[in-house]
Amino acid sequence: MDQEELGKLEASCTQEQPPACAAACPVHVDVRAMAAAIARGDFASAAKIFRKSVPFPGIISRICDHPCQSVCKRGEVGEAVSIRALEKACLDWAKEVSASGFPPSAKDKRVAVVGAGLSGLTAAFELAKKGYSAEVFEKESRLGGSIFRFSREQLPEEVISADLKALEKVGVTIRLSAEAGRDMLIDDLCSDFDAVYLAPGEQLAGELGFGLDAAGRWIIDPLTLGTTNPKVFAGGAVRRPSGNRSPIGSMADGRRAAISIDRFLQKVSLSASRSSEGAFETRLFTSTEGIEPLPATVMSDVSRGYSLEEAVSEAKRCIQCQCLECVKVCEYLNSFKGYPKKYIRQIYNNLSIVMGHRHANKLINSCSLCGLCREVCPENLHMGTVCKDARGIMVEQGRMPPSAHEFPIRDMLFSNSEKSALTRCQPGKSGCNHLFFPGCQLSASAPEHVRKTYGFLCEKLEGGVGLMLRCCGAPAEWSGRTQLFSDSFGNIAAQWEAMERPRLIFACSTCYEIFKTHLPEADIVSLWEVLDRTGLPEGVCENTVPGRSLAIHDACGTRHEKHIHEAVRNILRKLGFAVEELALSGERTECCGYGGLMFFANPELARSVIRKRIAQSDSDYLAYCAMCRDYLASGGKRTWHLLDLLFGAPGEDLANRKGPVYTLRREHRARLKDALLEELWGEEPMEKEKYGRIRLRITDELRETLERRQILDSDIQKVIDFAESSGAKLLNSHTGHLLAHYKPAAVTYWVEYEAAEGQFTVFNAYCHRMEITERAS
Amino acid sequence: MNPKEAVPGKVEWLCSKCGLPLEVGKVEVGYLGSMFPVDLYKCPKCGQVFVPVELAEGKMAEVEKLLEDK
Ligand code: SF4
Ligand code: SF4
Ligand code: SF4
Repeated sequence: MDQEELGKLEASCTQEQPPACAAACPVHVDVRAMAAAIARGDFASAAKIFRKSVPFPGIISRICDHPCQSVCKRGEVGEAVSIRALEKACLDWAKEVSASGFPPSAKDKRVAVVGAGLSGLTAAFELAKKGYSAEVFEKESRLGGSIFRFSREQLPEEVISADLKALEKVGVTIRLSAEAGRDMLIDDLCSDFDAVYLAPGEQLAGELGFGLDAAGRWIIDPLTLGTTNPKVFAGGAVRRPSGNRSPIGSMADGRRAAISIDRFLQKVSLSASRSSEGAFETRLFTSTEGIEPLPATVMSDVSRGYSLEEAVSEAKRCIQCQCLECVKVCEYLNSFKGYPKKYIRQIYNNLSIVMGHRHANKLINSCSLCGLCREVCPENLHMGTVCKDARGIMVEQGRMPPSAHEFPIRDMLFSNSEKSALTRCQPGKSGCNHLFFPGCQLSASAPEHVRKTYGFLCEKLEGGVGLMLRCCGAPAEWSGRTQLFSDSFGNIAAQWEAMERPRLIFACSTCYEIFKTHLPEADIVSLWEVLDRTGLPEGVCENTVPGRSLAIHDACGTRHEKHIHEAVRNILRKLGFAVEELALSGERTECCGYGGLMFFANPELARSVIRKRIAQSDSDYLAYCAMCRDYLASGGKRTWHLLDLLFGAPGEDLANRKGPVYTLRREHRARLKDALLEELWGEEPMEKEKYGRIRLRITDELRETLERRQILDSDIQKVIDFAESSGAKLLNSHTGHLLAHYKPAAVTYWVEYEAAEGQFTVFNAYCHRMEITERAS
Repeated sequence: MNPKEAVPGKVEWLCSKCGLPLEVGKVEVGYLGSMFPVDLYKCPKCGQVFVPVELAEGKMAEVEKLLEDK
């Protein structure tokens, strides 16, 4: 992930794009902020926002042709916001604002402006504000040009003169009744002044002796307003076919010309980075789904405009356009209080830091990599990919915090150790056409289901069904440990080759995805599709109450596997259940909090993800991934695993059970391997380590604490084994308890215990990663 | 990391090997390449230390996190 790639990703998030109104406004009035200020009754701030973009606010608020309104998103749900009327209201109801800004340092360059319409006056005003001496030549005897075509009622003279006072303040020089081409020649202006802006309204171009194109129009560069003479710029009504007047367009031209002239006089590029000037179409996506349609607020007195209360009510109709589609559906994105554009920047900075605090580690490690963001994003931005790549880089740089993922990685290594890994062909068969891969978490959560499912498959499928007990390597992949992953997966692939490439059957959607991505040549199928086809085990309907509905929680790994979604739903219907769809399901499903190892890097976040998910329906949930089931159940939600319905004992209420604790999960895997080896293949199980024979007594209360601290019984056994054989322990003179510590690998474990009758009662256990150097003094 | 902050009052732990009450002394602790001395209770003879749960879950966890993000 280099700077360029990140820049592209960052740019694809539309959240910081302006709303449609501001983008369509040629001078980019920040309508959204203005409306927000009015909505909270803060007219002074609203007026300030408006004045910031518009030099003659009184005039514009009355005659603007408001291109903003036709694109206003509110128009999709009711009527567009009456933006111009709000602009007028904020000037009407703001208490007098003092002119702000410092006088600029005077520059020694002089600019002539021909024409005192909105365009010329804006250019003169902007240039004077920048410190140039600006001189306006107007053929009529008053300033304003075509604004006098509007009725006095719409645009009273006091408003005009009040606005034009601004010119005096910045020191613009005015020459009235001075007609260019007659009273002075453009050539003379060019030699007297350093630059010239021609904004003569509808005066004929030919009269001024300028370059025309074949159609008789002035040759004006639309980006810079430059003409065939490098010193001369032109804009305003001359650029628009007559009948197409646009006061705000003229004003925007004046500003554009001022910027060009400033650049010209400073001898910098006229054309560089000007794409955000003038009207454009925004990329900001804004959903109007679920917004109640509202008509425009009615003006009780049209001649006066909105009253204060009316203005507030109209401003409240502004929906404050923004995107945040991904943030709305993803608790992770929401919890860091920003949005992808910001996050990507933070992640990039985090990866580039050489010395100093890495603030975004947690941001990078908390994403579940589930891909829901990509589904809802108008630009298909996938934050999960960004986070996963960042993790890989952190691991490569040796900057991955060890505490983030080490525990699940150890779990994976255990699953793949000889204590619980197993690969065999079906007993009594010479080869196998199929290979059942139940996944480490199903073996951990419900080992009985693995045993029964395997039996069922052996019975139903022709040509032999092999069994492979182990972890697919997802934790390594999710945590950015690329090397560990490819080592582990390479091993799996080699065994699969050696079995002559049997068709793989998966009970876990994560395994399915991992194999689909990393072993594309393999023929893979989900268990659910197999069961849907072969027919269901007999006598299973006793667990079901016909017509009862179950809400399906699709596993995020199956997001794009419609065929799996369908198979699961078919099975449920065959069992007599009514299928309930959660609002976010199928390709828009949510992660349960296990994906990407979210739970290990950010347990509080994972818990709130679970809470949010289980609040979406009162029905029992149905999951078809063991981890989803256990996580949803950990929040107190009644959740069935699909295999509970197929292989649970009749009447057994498996939806209510909590998932086993970490220690038990490992034990389940190890025992499953031992039992199957013995029963099906007649092989002796492995001998246990000495410490494994230490018998522990642990209260339920302490269990929960140990689970939170991620301490396994085997860790405790190792400490006691070490303490009892070495004698290195502390004795409490008061309670008689013993306290010992031991560091089997990266973590030091402490255990407070007591020995009695061949058992060890554990009172407490805790751990730390800091290493202590113990030395005899 | 002051042990007196973590465990108010006197410690009731003895080194079971040497049979001696623990005393406060300098101990080197380290993580991810950073090493620094702290005061901990330890056996005056064999050097066996005592880390109370409050210290492990409090200050130590905090410093670990800090060093991991550095
Ligand atoms: S959905 Fe999210 S990432 Fe996509 S444009 Fe909107 S805010 Fe940005
Ligand atoms: S709803 Fe508000 S922010 Fe959105 S386009 Fe309309 S005025 Fe602008
Ligand atoms: S948790 Fe899922 S939806 Fe949220 S950012 Fe990560 S990949 Fe996207």
